[in-house]
Amino acid sequence: MVDLINLVQTLTSPHSLDRYLELVRPTLTVRDMRAEITHTDRSVPGSVTLTLRPTRQWKGHTAGQYVQIGVVIDGVRHARCYSPVDPENGRDRRIQLTVKAHPGGLVSQFLYRDATPGMVVDLTPADGVFRLPGQRPERVLLISGGSGITPVLSMLRTLADEGHRGEVVFLHYAKSAEVVPHRIELDAIARRHQNFRIELRHPWRSGRAATRVDPGAPGVDLAPEQGSGYFDYDELERVAPWFAEAQTYVCGPRSLMNAVRKVYEAEQLDDRLHTEEFTLSVAPIDATETYGTVNFSASGVSADNTGATLLEQAESAGLTPEYGCRMGICFSCTAVRRTGCTRNVRTGESDSDPDQPIQLCISAPVGDVEIDI
Amino acid sequence: MTILTETEDGPLVLSPEQIEELGRELDELRAAIVADLGERDREYLYSIIKAQRGFEIAGRGLMYLGFLPPFWLAAVAALSVSKILDNMEIGHNVMHGQYDWMREPGLNSRVFEWDNVCPADQWKHSHNYLHHTYTNIHNKDRDIGYFVLRMDEGQSWNVLRLGQPLYAFVLMMLFEWGVMGHDLEIENILSGEKKWPEVKQLILGQWRKASRQVLKDYLVFPVLTGPLFFHTLAGNVTANLVRNVWAFAIIFCGHFPTGVQTFTEEETADETRGEWYIRQMLGSANITGSKLFHIMSGNLSHQIEHHLFPDLPASRYPEIAPTVRALCEKYGLPYNTGSLGKQIGSVWKKIFKLALPSRMVGSEPSPGVIVMRQRKASEVGV
Repeated sequence: MVDLINLVQTLTSPHSLDRYLELVRPTLTVRDMRAEITHTDRSVPGSVTLTLRPTRQWKGHTAGQYVQIGVVIDGVRHARCYSPVDPENGRDRRIQLTVKAHPGGLVSQFLYRDATPGMVVDLTPADGVFRLPGQRPERVLLISGGSGITPVLSMLRTLADEGHRGEVVFLHYAKSAEVVPHRIELDAIARRHQNFRIELRHPWRSGRAATRVDPGAPGVDLAPEQGSGYFDYDELERVAPWFAEAQTYVCGPRSLMNAVRKVYEAEQLDDRLHTEEFTLSVAPIDATETYGTVNFSASGVSADNTGATLLEQAESAGLTPEYGCRMGICFSCTAVRRTGCTRNVRTGESDSDPDQPIQLCISAPVGDVEIDI
Repeated sequence: MTILTETEDGPLVLSPEQIEELGRELDELRAAIVADLGERDREYLYSIIKAQRGFEIAGRGLMYLGFLPPFWLAAVAALSVSKILDNMEIGHNVMHGQYDWMREPGLNSRVFEWDNVCPADQWKHSHNYLHHTYTNIHNKDRDIGYFVLRMDEGQSWNVLRLGQPLYAFVLMMLFEWGVMGHDLEIENILSGEKKWPEVKQLILGQWRKASRQVLKDYLVFPVLTGPLFFHTLAGNVTANLVRNVWAFAIIFCGHFPTGVQTFTEEETADETRGEWYIRQMLGSANITGSKLFHIMSGNLSHQIEHHLFPDLPASRYPEIAPTVRALCEKYGLPYNTGSLGKQIGSVWKKIFKLALPSRMVGSEPSPGVIVMRQRKASEVGV
């Protein structure tokens, strides 16, 4: 098969076979992986759940992992990471992504607004070390907040599908019961598995009279009357008194992650805590301010950000990146910015999308930047 | 610093303030286009790609009927159009980084390869960097005559120049191979400036790219048509020739017609951005024509606009051309344009004329512009 593709690519050289096939149908590819959106569900306010049918290169995901999807918005291709919410080893070749429309989130707003069945998106293989081990832990504690629910939901559904015999507690923090996606699944799991406990917390609502049972999902417990509603040691003791023998998986906003980490560090249980951070890249307020570190990752060199262009900073750090015109026209010095924010000194525009090629001679780092040279 | 230009209507002096102002106006024009880039440009590029792939498949398919002369001709025509579009409106422009903003992995200047024997990375060095940075500066822009030809009176004459019309003809026919050899800088190898390890890398790259191209056009596709092997081979050779002749014509019209200016290193030392823009305008020439003509030339018929803004999508050049032309008129600068016939005619006239020593044909003062720098206007008699 591979030899045949290579032979055909001799004929399509210098372009790859996919560059021809995609013009017939975007999902007709031999190498590039894509996915077609087959279903969209906007029943939960503020988020959309997409069902995707990947092309045949898809190898499946492990509960907790993420994929990257790419969409074109106003002519520009943007990629973002999302964790499939469905259980691993699904029999049908499809994945579900739940996307929360973040204020100012370009891709999430676009998907929330415009994703329709039939739309084709780019897809990368599932990746990430935040995942259930092959040998399932006897006791599992899953903690999430907001859109951090997605990877742990996949873990919860996987354990439920497998008829996991041990104890499982799922503790989720959300603004309100209405914005918790997949409550029907949560409710079904809570009813069907006596050894699974699902607890929702809406600390922003404390003060209001909370009913014990979630009307949308009768099997799911709402916040009990006692406690602050936020995560702390007492809460942990209450929901999972066996947490010291469990494996704990946490995903959510930084405040929640820090609160959990603090308790586990105090208990010296760091090695049983697994975390995944969903960081939103936010462009700094003042793009001309100079601070932070520039990390030239391919050469293992780091230097303090001086505010000069990346080409000049690389050269003063003793590196010799390829360059040409030094004025932004020849693209000889293009290199990939792994992380961080850079400012185009010609246009003043700043950008912080990860893994983007930029021109070193007209880009200045804003804060910490990792560049692949 | 003063730039003094002399036009047919007499001398013209641009003050540093005017140069600065012109640069600012061009920067604004660029920013307006950059802000407007979007779906329209993406759709345009993809429509050209679709057309190119369609012509290519049609051309390859029609070769199976190549034993019938009308079909052979149609096959050659389709394949020629495909190769021209691939090299000019797609390859040249994508490799300039004109579409990098789309973040489309396959259409990024870092990775794109074209249907040409010259490897993309070498072309980007000799063209994007050397030619576009040092446009028309003697001893820095190797596109002035491509080392083979004397295209400017500033280049010395010797007896070998007599054969230059023949060299130009051969270069035209084998243009893609000429482009491939460009980055080797043979004169720098001979003078010892370019060392063997670097030369070896370039030759290896050329071997890898060219062998694939040759294998595809001159062996695999002909073999696939079985008994029509020689028909297909001849068809593919012809299509490559057509592309070569066309590319040569368009590219030679960009900087060699009558009226374009060349510069010295002293003149252009420590250029400001405004001065850089002016050099690009004085050193380039346009070709007038229909919309189809502009597409088939990769919009290099708007060479002036391309040299001002090499990283803007080329399909935008026609829409900014009136503004650029108006700016030229405002500052009294020439805007060198004309029909393909006029421009290519003056190119060939120059090739023949400069084959002879200056004293035989007379050093006819160029009617265009003289650029004076680092001097006060009074020193040049104004």
